[in-house]
Amino acid sequence: MGTLVEEILSRRLGKPVHAGEIVLTDVDYIMSHDNTTPLAIKAFREIGKPVKDKNKIVIHFDHAFPAPNLLAAEAQKRILDFIKEQDLPHFYHQGVCHQVMIEEGFVTPGSIIIGGDSHSNTYGALGSFGSGFGSTEIGVAWVAGKTWFRVPETILARFTGKTQPGVYAKDVMLHLAGVLGMDGATYRSLEFGGDYIENLPVPERIIFSNMSTEVGAKCGLIAPDQITADFLSQHTKAKPPFEQFKAVHPRYERVIDIDVSQLSPQVACHPDVDQVKPLEQVAGLPIDEVFIGTCTNGRYEDLEIAASILKGRQVNRYTRVIVNPASTAIYQKAEKAGLIRIFQDAGCVIGVVGCGACIGRHGGLLAPKERAFTTMNRNFIGRMGSPEAEIYLGSPAAAAATALEGKITDPRKYLEV
Amino acid sequence: MGKAWKFEDNLNTDEIIPARYNITIVPKELAKNVFCEIKPAFASNVKPGDVVVGGMNFGCGSSREHAPIAIKGSEVRCVIAGSYARIFFRNAINIGLPILESVEASREIQEGDEVDVDLETGRIENFTSGKVYFAKPLPKFVMQIVQAGGIVNFLKEHDIEDLMA
Repeated sequence: MGTLVEEILSRRLGKPVHAGEIVLTDVDYIMSHDNTTPLAIKAFREIGKPVKDKNKIVIHFDHAFPAPNLLAAEAQKRILDFIKEQDLPHFYHQGVCHQVMIEEGFVTPGSIIIGGDSHSNTYGALGSFGSGFGSTEIGVAWVAGKTWFRVPETILARFTGKTQPGVYAKDVMLHLAGVLGMDGATYRSLEFGGDYIENLPVPERIIFSNMSTEVGAKCGLIAPDQITADFLSQHTKAKPPFEQFKAVHPRYERVIDIDVSQLSPQVACHPDVDQVKPLEQVAGLPIDEVFIGTCTNGRYEDLEIAASILKGRQVNRYTRVIVNPASTAIYQKAEKAGLIRIFQDAGCVIGVVGCGACIGRHGGLLAPKERAFTTMNRNFIGRMGSPEAEIYLGSPAAAAATALEGKITDPRKYLEV
Repeated sequence: MGKAWKFEDNLNTDEIIPARYNITIVPKELAKNVFCEIKPAFASNVKPGDVVVGGMNFGCGSSREHAPIAIKGSEVRCVIAGSYARIFFRNAINIGLPILESVEASREIQEGDEVDVDLETGRIENFTSGKVYFAKPLPKFVMQIVQAGGIVNFLKEHDIEDLMA
């Protein structure tokens, strides 16, 4: 009974729980990566107790792998030593942690996953309670196998209608970020529903849960249905059966209704994620770097859209265009389908799988006064290098069109051909 | 009593400490670059007992714990804000950085005001304006972690189940 988050936590605890209650619950997996694991190891050592269940621990190298400098190399060696010492079974360096978590089958409906990464909300797209935590709590969870939550109130974002050609899930989510603002869902569960979401394939649903973080949400949930179950069976290593459930007589703190058929391509402008404008208002702004990838938009479907625009064309000669498939599996699929060749022929650089330019620590850094157009989820000052650089966010289609012209460009211009 | 250092709404973790300085986890080292881009005078002029006064949604963005550690390393007495981003809130509690929530105090205290704080009661006194505020009390459950000096210290002596006792 209740909202999706109440439903998940009630099922897990075997008793009805409601918004406002503080609960202590088992977690299924505890995820962390090369940036957040060192402090988790420090907390673990200080507590001085053994790991509760090593099968719950999943560690990824993705933020800066292979190491671009000595400090990163040393940190990764320390993590590796810890993994060997504890004989941890789940260790990956096959791409962005959240994408690999899904591909490897860790994320299933009704599960509870805490991650040492703010975008752990991503798992909500599959009906899993995923939430971002700091490193110390990751170390605590290794020891305890549990964590505490305040059951959050819920905001429902209800989307109806069909998007126009050239308008994607990213545009819809950016529009919502503009409506809610950066603290619009702080401490809340953000639930995504309505006929638009119900008909959306999982790769696009992921964008909503992933970016629920940008409006402050504790989790971003979508009711797991047949589309979820089919995706998990066909595209991940997760083993059925998969639960399907919905909110039952939910009490929402707020409901936001959005008709997606009215939307045009959207852009989040420098310097905040909620500075969202229709693309036409910023069209023509010169762009020095285009970056296509990340946990938000580095999946096969994203690369396919971008490649359809870049095919047989050349990117602007003064614009760096970087494409990072989010995982090795995506890279392989894109290569097989000829997408990698299309990007290379168009003049793009293919980066290593992982977070890439998104955090300014693994290539693609911005110089002062440079401006980037990216498919990332946040555009904080200084995130991709110089604090004097600017970051704009949009869909993979808009990024590809922008790459061609070296200025922010409406993708519909290239889709109509 | 200490001086107030005032910050805007939606202060993100990159503004508290840019990612390129997160190459250490030593609080004093991180504190050398805390707020370096938005308030360069802070790190070299802050004194023990000073107070960081933020706006709404303080500490949004990344889950990086370096942000509250950097603030703690600067030896300020506490942070006062209108509201906190949720991961920052948990991180601050877990590492033992005292945080108080008061929308009024966060709006009205100005840069440089002389401020005194009683962490036990949440009483905030601004000697410059003469106004007194009471911060929203932390849930009892959370106070146990704060009183232990952070979650790591709590777990040295207890099991996590003891939090719910």
